[in-house]
Amino acid sequence: MCCSGGWRDVAETSVARPIARGPRGQVGAQGATKHLLRWVAIVYVALLVAWPVTLVFWNTFAEGLQPVIETFTDPLVLNSLRLTAIAAAWSVVLNTAFGVTVSMLLVRYEFPGKRLLNALVDLPLSVSPIVVGLSIVLVYSTTNGWFGAPLANAGFHVLFSTPAIVLATTFVAMPLIIRELVPVLQEVGVDQEQAARSLGASFPQTFRRITIPAIRWGLLYGIVLCLARSIGEFGAVKVVSGNLIGQTQTATLMVEQLYFDFDQEKAFAISSLLAVISIIAIITVSLLRARAESRSHS
Amino acid sequence: MTQLLETAVFPGPDREKRSGPGGVFYRPVSTLTKGSGLALGIAVTWFSILVLIPLSAVVATALAGGWAAFWDTLTNAQTLAAIALTLGEAALVTVVNVVIGTVIAWVLVRDKFPGKRLMEIVIDVPFALPTIVAGLVLLGLYGPRSPISWDVANTRTAVFLAFAFVTLPFVVRAVQPVLEELEPEVEQAARSLGASGRQALTRVVLPALAPAIAAGAALSFARAVSEYGSLVLISGNLALRTEVTSVRILTYVEGGQSAQAAVVATVILVVALLVIVALDVLQRRVARRG
Repeated sequence: MCCSGGWRDVAETSVARPIARGPRGQVGAQGATKHLLRWVAIVYVALLVAWPVTLVFWNTFAEGLQPVIETFTDPLVLNSLRLTAIAAAWSVVLNTAFGVTVSMLLVRYEFPGKRLLNALVDLPLSVSPIVVGLSIVLVYSTTNGWFGAPLANAGFHVLFSTPAIVLATTFVAMPLIIRELVPVLQEVGVDQEQAARSLGASFPQTFRRITIPAIRWGLLYGIVLCLARSIGEFGAVKVVSGNLIGQTQTATLMVEQLYFDFDQEKAFAISSLLAVISIIAIITVSLLRARAESRSHS
Repeated sequence: MTQLLETAVFPGPDREKRSGPGGVFYRPVSTLTKGSGLALGIAVTWFSILVLIPLSAVVATALAGGWAAFWDTLTNAQTLAAIALTLGEAALVTVVNVVIGTVIAWVLVRDKFPGKRLMEIVIDVPFALPTIVAGLVLLGLYGPRSPISWDVANTRTAVFLAFAFVTLPFVVRAVQPVLEELEPEVEQAARSLGASGRQALTRVVLPALAPAIAAGAALSFARAVSEYGSLVLISGNLALRTEVTSVRILTYVEGGQSAQAAVVATVILVVALLVIVALDVLQRRVARRG
């Protein structure tokens, strides 16, 4: 960052004009700084993310297709994928219902304690997955848990079974839809909703015909983010599931177990599948967002 | 543009600003109808059952044993080492992210080169990739099978790499939208009024970016302190050497020592919240001065 004139150079090129020469013609030095920063960014991202991610796909197919086929015909693996799908589906459904309700309340209404609620709904993002798991173990413990003991008396066992996995997954993915919807709801405003109401539409009609179409892209990418997070959850699920092989093992837990059992080909194959899902999610969100932006500009 | 995190994690200033009719002079006036009041009741009940009550149980369990038990757990050599390692590495990674994250954001906004769109996507990968897969991914390049023969598995460098991987998007995605709003003309104006390149950077650009950098740094630190999944395969979880607090808590849970687990969990909960509050205060102060 030595050269005077570096920022002017930046300013000029970013609006796609030809590079202006500084007062003392220091274009060379300015270009050098810019290139240096570009390469620092590229090398860092490549070494930390791009190259390692590529290697996972490479390692998956290093021994040919046979191990991949074996992995995805293994009943234990299929079972873990099914459990992940169930947990993720519940998480998306519950978080969509909760997210839409809370976002509407936070944006469209005033009530005491609103700022507190607004702050608290972000809490799950800063809590360690292990602490999430621990918190669920503590309340649903069948011996002395606040909810667990009465539920056990009534014959329900939450821990070490699917309900606990659903709870853990829903907990960690909770804020994502709200974070997407709140800004979108603020941006669309209330004019159309009020117009519809004043013309005699009921709340459910207004919500279905006006609000949902206006926020559908924001809602959709909130759902994609929530889905990606739910599929990938590991720590919280590990604590609450008991990791019972073939029963409470999700796909991510399966990766860990296979890796430590020296069944690395299968671990790589499942990882590749999960990586593909998350990359598809990123690209989907980016396309949806571009679409939403172009609409709001037109 | 792939700004997965822009609103995913940073809802933007609008959310706060518009949350009350009178801004800072917010009065708790209720505009709830019967239906929305019922909806609020159900939502708050669900939120309490799912999040608030379980988290309270953690704090309650930690405090139930009394101060002596709390202190005993914390001063256990293995626990202390885990806390020190986690906080140290998280702080280091946050500093690296502040520098490199700002550089990456700057490059994405002000530079043009082939492959920029790919870079946008790659930066979001750590956010969407399952953490256990992140660990496996890093092992590929930095583990025993490393094609560059740089095996750092089971060392503290591995802890650093895992933290750096999972926290990469935070500062970038916090700074990027602010930098996009900052017109290059502002810098040009400063320059035409006689400011040097360095002055334009330190007096104009960085102060405008400071709140966003602080917000990204807070999230990055909080995420690193609570990280678990990406470390499982690569750090080896060696007691006193590469064991982080999350692993320490899990060891206690698996050993049936919920009280001890709750103590360590409470400490990292408090640390994460303190950092978020501290940086929020700092951010407001900087914003006011600017």
